[in-house]
Amino acid sequence: MMQMTGAQLIVRLLERQGVRTIAGIPGGAILPLYDALGGSELIHHVLARHEQGAGFMAQGMARASGQPAVCFASSGPGATNLVTAIADAFLDSIPMVAITGQVPLSMIGTDAFQEVDIYGITVPITKHNFLVRSVEELLTVIPDAFRIAMSGRPGPVLVDVPKDVQNQLISFTDFPPRVVSDSLPPVDAEAIEEAARLINEAEQPVLYLGGGVVHSGASALAVTLAEQACMPTTMTLMGLGAMPVDHPLSIGMLGMHGARYTNFVLEEADVLVCVGARFDDRAVGKAAQFCPRAKIVHIDVDPSELHKIKRAHVAIHADVGSALEALLPRIRKSMRKRWLSHVDSLRSRFPMQLPGMDDPRTHYGLVRAVAAALDDDAIITTDVGQHQMWVAQAYPFRRPRQWMTSGGLGTMGFGVPTAMGAALAEPDRTVVCFSGDGSLMMNVQEFATLAEENLNVKIVLMNNSSLGLVYQQQNLFYGKRVFASKYGAGPDFIKIAEGFGIGAVDLDQAANPRAALAQALQTPGPCLIHASIDREQFVYPMVPPGAANTEMIGG
Amino acid sequence: MIEQVADPLPQTGFAKVVLELEVNNHPGVMSHICNLFARRAFNMEGILCMPVAGGERSRIWLLVFEDQRLEQMIRQLEKLEDVLAVRRHGAEHEVFERLEDFFH
Repeated sequence: MMQMTGAQLIVRLLERQGVRTIAGIPGGAILPLYDALGGSELIHHVLARHEQGAGFMAQGMARASGQPAVCFASSGPGATNLVTAIADAFLDSIPMVAITGQVPLSMIGTDAFQEVDIYGITVPITKHNFLVRSVEELLTVIPDAFRIAMSGRPGPVLVDVPKDVQNQLISFTDFPPRVVSDSLPPVDAEAIEEAARLINEAEQPVLYLGGGVVHSGASALAVTLAEQACMPTTMTLMGLGAMPVDHPLSIGMLGMHGARYTNFVLEEADVLVCVGARFDDRAVGKAAQFCPRAKIVHIDVDPSELHKIKRAHVAIHADVGSALEALLPRIRKSMRKRWLSHVDSLRSRFPMQLPGMDDPRTHYGLVRAVAAALDDDAIITTDVGQHQMWVAQAYPFRRPRQWMTSGGLGTMGFGVPTAMGAALAEPDRTVVCFSGDGSLMMNVQEFATLAEENLNVKIVLMNNSSLGLVYQQQNLFYGKRVFASKYGAGPDFIKIAEGFGIGAVDLDQAANPRAALAQALQTPGPCLIHASIDREQFVYPMVPPGAANTEMIGG
Repeated sequence: MIEQVADPLPQTGFAKVVLELEVNNHPGVMSHICNLFARRAFNMEGILCMPVAGGERSRIWLLVFEDQRLEQMIRQLEKLEDVLAVRRHGAEHEVFERLEDFFH
């Protein structure tokens, strides 16, 4: 018979689940849990400077490892500060367990100090959430939280634990076993046959890979399918890295900022094989005009994604990897010479244009120079804005989990703490965060945590003294009425970094920016790499919001 | 610029549908379910809930209009951790009809 407090039980259950790093910030209602965590010899706690930072550090760990990662926050403002990171994990299907302290049970509903209904607040942004009402429930709730976070389509789970439940004593005989993912229903053999028939009979098929391929660990299978059926393959923002972008069958990223030829190839598809993607509006543009001629095969682990935006001719509810394994033996080897040569001619007529890519003082050139100084082992994160799209367009992603970006929620401030989480999970890799001067300021306080943990994170700051994507849209779609998108006084980012105890390099001042960049990237430890870029450079091509993907401007 | 604006959904002319949900019984289940409908501006015309199986579970009856989003709503319902089963009945189901007396 074991006896311990609820707080000690939570820590033991986390240890037994394999958790070795937790990011968080203590506060009154979670102090019992922190007291117990302080006694853990297995778990390293990373003290974030803002709970949103802790949430994104957990995301970084989860995005790097594929396993659920944990963050802690106290009640009230601690919990509400986590909300953005939880919503971001929900939209990008990232497995995460957020544990929050809550006021004691007897005080819930009395507007007690730092009381907020975080359970109610997170209903629409979690896969599931719990308000723990007795210490006994912890024995099932904590394992369930992990099981739910990682099963099927991954996602965030919140567990709200009142302070008195953390202090309550419990006696029990056995720990619950470490949980694994739920098994999924068997793949529908008939649907697989039908999908294979459509692909085999297709003349102009296109493979469309999303983040689900990365989550499922099915990238190699997806590449095999593409090669066996000779299908040109496009990736969503979340799917980048599923197929090496320099693979001969890769046609790059589709959608709002995809290359012209990519969107034109999709326009002509007669069969579209969508694997682990969800026809997001930034990817497909006006849905009714997306792939107008194509029959659609849709494979997804989440049945509610099937038929949601586009009705699929063959809908397969299955783990992407299992479905591809079942599909592959039924796919005829095919050359599709005519289709591939047509794709090539579209590619050469409407290529991805990366002006200035050989000059490290331009936006594309800087992205390429960073890539040239790194190998494929490096992890790349971004914040949100123009720099994010330029990296998506120009960085040569070649492996899954090489790339972490806030796709669904588009959260500025994502990049730095997520890079830190990735570095915590994969300490042997170099992690580079591309950021902008708008995004960086939204979680700049985590520089303190970064210096303290001395993580191998390099921040490449593309500074155009503006909210660039807003500035771009005002110029393109709002009659050049530029308002609230230019910064009057930018801070001295070099001094900011140095003030936090982080090394800094200003490429503007470097005689040889390429060499200065390479040296900064190769020196272990954190570093801010500052580069001014031209505000008048826009992200092209661009599909205007609400337009069809073939109505691109620029590029 | 053309912003993506959804066409207004026709509100009338749709048949009524009765949904029967088998759910876990604890505080919070109802808020998960109501949230799903509210977020999509999908009005629930009627709602009825009583415990079953000795209080372990509840049965919820929902009266909704069948518009083109209903199929998606049902899939979303089935995804909720606390929803164990969703059955769909036609408007002829008498559960809400028998309640009429309490509303007149």
